[in-house]
Amino acid sequence: MTVRGEYLGMALSIDDLDGENVTYFKHCSEHDFHLQKCDDCSLLRYPPTSGCPWCSSPKSTWTKVEAKGEVHSYNEVHHAIQPAFKAVAPYMLLLVDLDTQKGSPTEDDALRVAANLMTADGKFAPPDMVKKVGIGTRVRMVFVDVADGLSIPQWTIDETAKQPDKPWRYPQE
Amino acid sequence: MPLPADTDATTPKYLRDKYAIVGVGETTYTRGSDKTTRALGTWALRNAIADAGIKASDIDGMLSYSGNDSTSATFMAGDIGARLNFYMDCIGGGSSTEALIGIAIGVMEAGMCNCVAIFRAMNGFSQVRIGGTGARSLAPVNGDMLHNRAYGWQSAGQNFAPTFMRHMYDYGTKPEQVAMVKVVHSEHASNNPKAYYKKRYTVDDVLNSRMICKPLHLLDCCVETDNATAIIVTRADRAKDMRHTPALIRGIVGRCSKPRMDMHYQHGPISRVAGYYAKNILWPNSGVGPEDIDAVGAYDAFTFTSMLQLEDYGFCKKGEGGEYVSSGITRLGGKRPQNTSGGHLCEGYTHGMNMVIENVRQLRHDVDDSCPVGPDGKRQHTYDYREGGCRQVKDIEVTANLGWANPMTGSAMVMRRGA
Repeated sequence: MTVRGEYLGMALSIDDLDGENVTYFKHCSEHDFHLQKCDDCSLLRYPPTSGCPWCSSPKSTWTKVEAKGEVHSYNEVHHAIQPAFKAVAPYMLLLVDLDTQKGSPTEDDALRVAANLMTADGKFAPPDMVKKVGIGTRVRMVFVDVADGLSIPQWTIDETAKQPDKPWRYPQE
Repeated sequence: MPLPADTDATTPKYLRDKYAIVGVGETTYTRGSDKTTRALGTWALRNAIADAGIKASDIDGMLSYSGNDSTSATFMAGDIGARLNFYMDCIGGGSSTEALIGIAIGVMEAGMCNCVAIFRAMNGFSQVRIGGTGARSLAPVNGDMLHNRAYGWQSAGQNFAPTFMRHMYDYGTKPEQVAMVKVVHSEHASNNPKAYYKKRYTVDDVLNSRMICKPLHLLDCCVETDNATAIIVTRADRAKDMRHTPALIRGIVGRCSKPRMDMHYQHGPISRVAGYYAKNILWPNSGVGPEDIDAVGAYDAFTFTSMLQLEDYGFCKKGEGGEYVSSGITRLGGKRPQNTSGGHLCEGYTHGMNMVIENVRQLRHDVDDSCPVGPDGKRQHTYDYREGGCRQVKDIEVTANLGWANPMTGSAMVMRRGA
């Protein structure tokens, strides 16, 4: 059965044929972060795919992953395009290196998970919070519930982690 | 052109110089064309046919690219009166022009046809805007799009920004250096009567323009226009009977990509772009290197895209793009001018093809600036590059075009002036 929901004015859906995304978002709806782990080479991968990008094996097992990491890069959208995002601009898209599997299989690889910067209770970060976050900021995952079987994984500042003195931000505020 | 030691241009090696661009044409660059993409496309094709000095019936192959925002060859061919032996319309954007020229050479080499017209027609301002505004922003978000569009991560600028931002972090690239790409291309556009924006901009103009998506100000982003462009490719030996000096195609690389195309950010360094891989095909196949190039068309959907490609194709060291683009090298009159028409940032936006057209005209030594036309019908170039003046690169022999789809995929081509 197709999973459907509405989020920020957008009609979201996952076809029942799309097993990888159905499973990924089902775990998210349980506020659990799971990624596919290759049965043959044991590497995790993101986003969900039908085969292993390193060894091409089609076999994998959904595996719980600690959803914490560090901002690798970001963008900060001031001119939103989708109508519902205009109300929350400026908003951030964080590209986050998970601690899990960072630097593997090569030093240039990481599970880089993209999501917005939110408050701890899952609201879009206000402007003063946006200004505190940059490359190097430590973040943890929060989930925004959309529908049965569909929650959106998002990032928030990890209050318990040791943060850099000054994360790197674009020089013009 | 003084060829390097490997002077086997007459051999079949990589088909160097065996094919040529013999005709180019475009519509005006407008916002509000009041025409269908079908009418725009046939307008550009007719101009390219007239430019080549051939008949429409000489064209027996046709290629096009679009993002489901154009009209296919099946309609264009009929409207210009051509019967085709081969055609194909493909999906794609800025990495298409050079890649399709490669395909055209392949199908002609296979004996499938003799003369291929390639076009791109789009109402990129008044109908389908590439950034996904209007109707596109309301489209349902399904499956894999849940990992990007659901986060307000959908336009080209939004998608590429993590690459640009990380480049500044990795190498200390400064906003005022990147802004010089716009400054220089706008200087060139001021000498191009057909450019949509002919105004010259300063670094302050760029940095004070409103922020769209950090690190991109409004003036870091290209113009969106309604227009069509067309080029005609055939065997170089057939070009002898045509109107203009042919632009010989020396080497091509098409849609060369980084690993993990499903989400290229999984593999770093993310400030690296596809040129890192593409250069290993482009330069050996062409038998030249960056130092041999007299002018560049470096895809400028954004100021950053030009700069990143120059680095990864080897025009400067990785990380030194900011210095390179603000050194004067890229200016008309500099060592290696680039985007001499003003490019996508100023002239107009047709997904790379207008920058190939510009280099073809440069190689003919007959670029369409405001210099006076002599009795032979050719412009008498002054090489005075002040505002409103000349934009012909003096004694130009070899050009490079660096096409860009996104950080993960690029295409490129080297051309040289024929006899």
